[in-house]
Amino acid sequence: MKNNKATFSKYLVSSAAALALTAGIASGASAAENGKFRVGIVTFLSGAAAGPFGVPSANAAKILVEGLNKGELPAPYDKMGINGVEIEAVIIDEAGGATKQVEEYRNLVQRQKVDAVIGYVSSGDCLAVAPVAEELKTFTIAYDCGTPRLFADNAGAQYMFRTGLDASVDNIGAARYLVATRPDVTRLSGIQQNYSWGQDSWADFTAAAAKLLPESEIVEEQFPKIYQGQYGAEISALSVKRPEIVHSSFWGGDMEALVLQANARGLLEDATGLLTCGEASFATYKDQAPNGMIIGARGPFGAFAPDNALNTWFKGAYNAAYDLDPVYPATKMAQAILGLKFAAENAGVADKEIPTAEQLASGIKGATFESVSGTVQMARANGHQAMQGITYGEYHYEDDKASIVNAVSFSGECVTPPEGVSAAEWIAEGFPGAQCN
Amino acid sequence: MRFDRTEISLALIAIACVLFGFVSPGWLIFLLTIALSKALVVQGVVMQMRSGLVSFGQGLFYCIGGYTVGMGGQFFGIHDAIAALALGIAVAIVVAMILGLLLTRYRDIFFAMLSLAFSMILFGILVKSQELGSTDGFNVHNWTVFGWAPETGADSQQTVFTMTILAGLVIAIMIHRYTKAGIGVICEAVRENEVRVEYLGLSPRWLLYGNYVAAASVSALGGGLTALATGHVDPEMAYWTTSGEFIFIALLGGLGHVAAPFIAAIVFSVVRTYSIEFVPNTWQMILGFTLLGVIVFLPKGLWSLVSREKSGERT
Amino acid sequence: MTSFLAVLIDGSIYASWLFLVAAGLTVIYGVMRILNMAHGSFYAIGAYSAASLVGWYFNNGIGPAWISYLLLVGAALLAGLIVGVIVERGLLRLMYGRDEILMVIITYALLLILEDTMKIVWGVSPYFAYQPYTELGRTAFGLLKVSNYDLALVGVSCLLGLGLWAWLERTNQGKVLRAVIHDREIAVAMGVNVRLMFTITFVMGTTLGALAGALTAPAISVVPGIGIEVIVLAFAVVVIGGLGSIGGAAVGALLVGLSRAAAVHYAPEFELFVIYGVMSLVLAFRPEGLFGRTMARKI
Repeated sequence: MKNNKATFSKYLVSSAAALALTAGIASGASAAENGKFRVGIVTFLSGAAAGPFGVPSANAAKILVEGLNKGELPAPYDKMGINGVEIEAVIIDEAGGATKQVEEYRNLVQRQKVDAVIGYVSSGDCLAVAPVAEELKTFTIAYDCGTPRLFADNAGAQYMFRTGLDASVDNIGAARYLVATRPDVTRLSGIQQNYSWGQDSWADFTAAAAKLLPESEIVEEQFPKIYQGQYGAEISALSVKRPEIVHSSFWGGDMEALVLQANARGLLEDATGLLTCGEASFATYKDQAPNGMIIGARGPFGAFAPDNALNTWFKGAYNAAYDLDPVYPATKMAQAILGLKFAAENAGVADKEIPTAEQLASGIKGATFESVSGTVQMARANGHQAMQGITYGEYHYEDDKASIVNAVSFSGECVTPPEGVSAAEWIAEGFPGAQCN
Repeated sequence: MRFDRTEISLALIAIACVLFGFVSPGWLIFLLTIALSKALVVQGVVMQMRSGLVSFGQGLFYCIGGYTVGMGGQFFGIHDAIAALALGIAVAIVVAMILGLLLTRYRDIFFAMLSLAFSMILFGILVKSQELGSTDGFNVHNWTVFGWAPETGADSQQTVFTMTILAGLVIAIMIHRYTKAGIGVICEAVRENEVRVEYLGLSPRWLLYGNYVAAASVSALGGGLTALATGHVDPEMAYWTTSGEFIFIALLGGLGHVAAPFIAAIVFSVVRTYSIEFVPNTWQMILGFTLLGVIVFLPKGLWSLVSREKSGERT
Repeated sequence: MTSFLAVLIDGSIYASWLFLVAAGLTVIYGVMRILNMAHGSFYAIGAYSAASLVGWYFNNGIGPAWISYLLLVGAALLAGLIVGVIVERGLLRLMYGRDEILMVIITYALLLILEDTMKIVWGVSPYFAYQPYTELGRTAFGLLKVSNYDLALVGVSCLLGLGLWAWLERTNQGKVLRAVIHDREIAVAMGVNVRLMFTITFVMGTTLGALAGALTAPAISVVPGIGIEVIVLAFAVVVIGGLGSIGGAAVGALLVGLSRAAAVHYAPEFELFVIYGVMSLVLAFRPEGLFGRTMARKI
């Protein structure tokens, strides 16, 4: 090579440019601290989970932040902002997988200097972010993800909290609802998306049903690929087995498509659908879902939320802004933000002071706070996991109006395994210590 | 052993990067670690592009590397990071040696599609494996380096960063020599005209086979380092959109130089991170326009900004 | 016995859907040598246009239901035409003559852009157009109840396949197109306006993609990301059948459709691998796909 010198200087130029670029980014970082209480909000803004979960959640976050900053909420949350400090939300897209979310989480904490993070619908993201939250010592609330592994895999978590319920509660509750309303069913079937969520949900439901409905049998189970959208063959396979109950943990577009197709083909007339996430599409079914289809909201959320002052305010504000009633992801986001506010104001710091992550954690750990869904006890996973009851009910559509009938609620102690016991063990032992009303 | 100027300057830059790591904030170190370990996977894509094959399934080896490191610690008690990385490379080589027998019979789109299919089959297997956490994956932690366990936090982050830089340096020097050696040059000849290479008495198929296996091992190393850095693996690593990202970065950098994938990966990460921050709703579109812009205005990638070689010269 | 019947029915319905999705892809590749990654986005655009138009029709107009079927097709034709012309004239025209693989990546960039464009235009909330689907009722085969819309789709798919075949084999324009496929340079020398043929082909391909989306829309909830899911499926079908062959796409669709239905009924645990399994198997024995042409190697 005759132009060795030239090549050499090229490296210098390019590496200098690269370093300058990165240094430039580094210096631009500290512009974030501005005296406000900065909260990172992470939820799906793109992809299939955006419509059913992400956007309602982000909308709820905006409503709450605005309402809190104006001090509009009813007591006990009538103090301005969080502990008197104005809130600033940094909303980030959750799409792109766990590796990217770990990167974005670090960006939020270290570059954007947020004081707390609330987010994560996907269980994979929750699991990946949890150890990073501990590493970076950042107060983090998982608001929606349902994996029971969150605290099982991260025992001794100090900074990670979850104000939503884990998925085993959904399915124990679903089985209990069947016992309460249809004790004679014998032929159960299920259709689940083929990924962790669907597999775990089905395992919990079948285990619980085996104990609670000992006469029943599983006549068919189907695991189509997530986002498949077309369930022709699966619906046929289910139909020919003549089930009485079709359990599904489907969500979003998949669930809506399943209901549409199964209803058009008569499956949901011959069998009763049981949708653990069904409430999220409450407003979109119209006459496409049969009356009597059982739907859940993963807790006392959305249409199942009680009529307390907080929820009345929340529904009113949400409705005024978006002309829709909040669905369960929205309620859960509101609950997480209220949890954060409670943690800050219960941390024992002076007015208008931003508590540290440790103070926030001590403020909510094991505590009981009021929320849009009623009273929340942080009573599991060493005070890091919320315990609440769960409600199921039947979809009813009449005169262009959807409502819920035959709702049955189960208390938290009835559907939640005791401290230190995994859901699988608890179910296998026949729910020892369950207190049902 | 004699080092040429490229190698010396690479080493100097690597040292500068390690030093830079001590003074830069955590998020930046993490971004660079991920970018550089992805760049290793991209090196695998680029190695095959040089021989005219575009792999739409390099995520396969990225995922194998990551999962081997994770499973080594979780199930087989291999906590030493170096040993786990080596194991990942070994597994990738074995898999590549088997798949390569079939894949090297294909060219162009067929190679692309078949490599994609294999990657998706691994994705399917992992999604089916509930012991491995299905789509949720599992965490990778408590690893050591030569018996020393770095503390979680800045300490371990620094360690992975340094390891990634060193691995990147070694691989870069090896690839640099490989492309200059006879076999590397012949790989390009295969891209230009396979039949003529056969007339020279060489077997393009076995050349491509060797190249495929080598590329797989480099990509697996990148996957293993990513797993150590993020502390988490999931099947998404084998999904085709992940492989698409690697091709994106490969084109962004260009085939011009061994350093190009590293620079491209950093630029890609920075562009993506800032688009997510400033336009959270349209960051994909920004990436799309960036890719089109590169193809139209910099057909030889970002590297053509620094190298203005004459058209007669080999690129 | 019921299961066997179910496999046949489900398999043919799924196959006809796969063929609808894959036809546009294979037409574009056959003529232009572009493996269009953005095909799924055209599918999604078709689905969104149809769903919003039909949804609007039923929400406002009290017109008869049969008009909605015309609206479905009309929305697809319009969307395919507009997007096809914009993309071909505005982007691809500048790129012709580049490497086949590079064209794949250009269309990948297009996919990224279109996905976000759709999000800007239609948002992320679901769109429904279920009336055409439920309006037709259902037919019972013993325990098995099948939606008539799905059965009609099988017919539409067959007609479309025959139409495409007749156009290529029986019309003048088809002959010219085949000349372009066979040897582009000679075709140019013979005075064929290859650029125009490219535009026609591409617009036709995008319209077919949009049509597939529009016809699927009534049975699903139209949400972001539906396009991404069909790309790999369509690719697999086309590669199995042989790139660029319409008959091949039909056979590939049948093969995948029936094997998938069989897997769902008899061995659900393999359902996830069926498509890639069939593809790997076919390619292992027929590297060019079932109906692909073996290319002479350049020297």
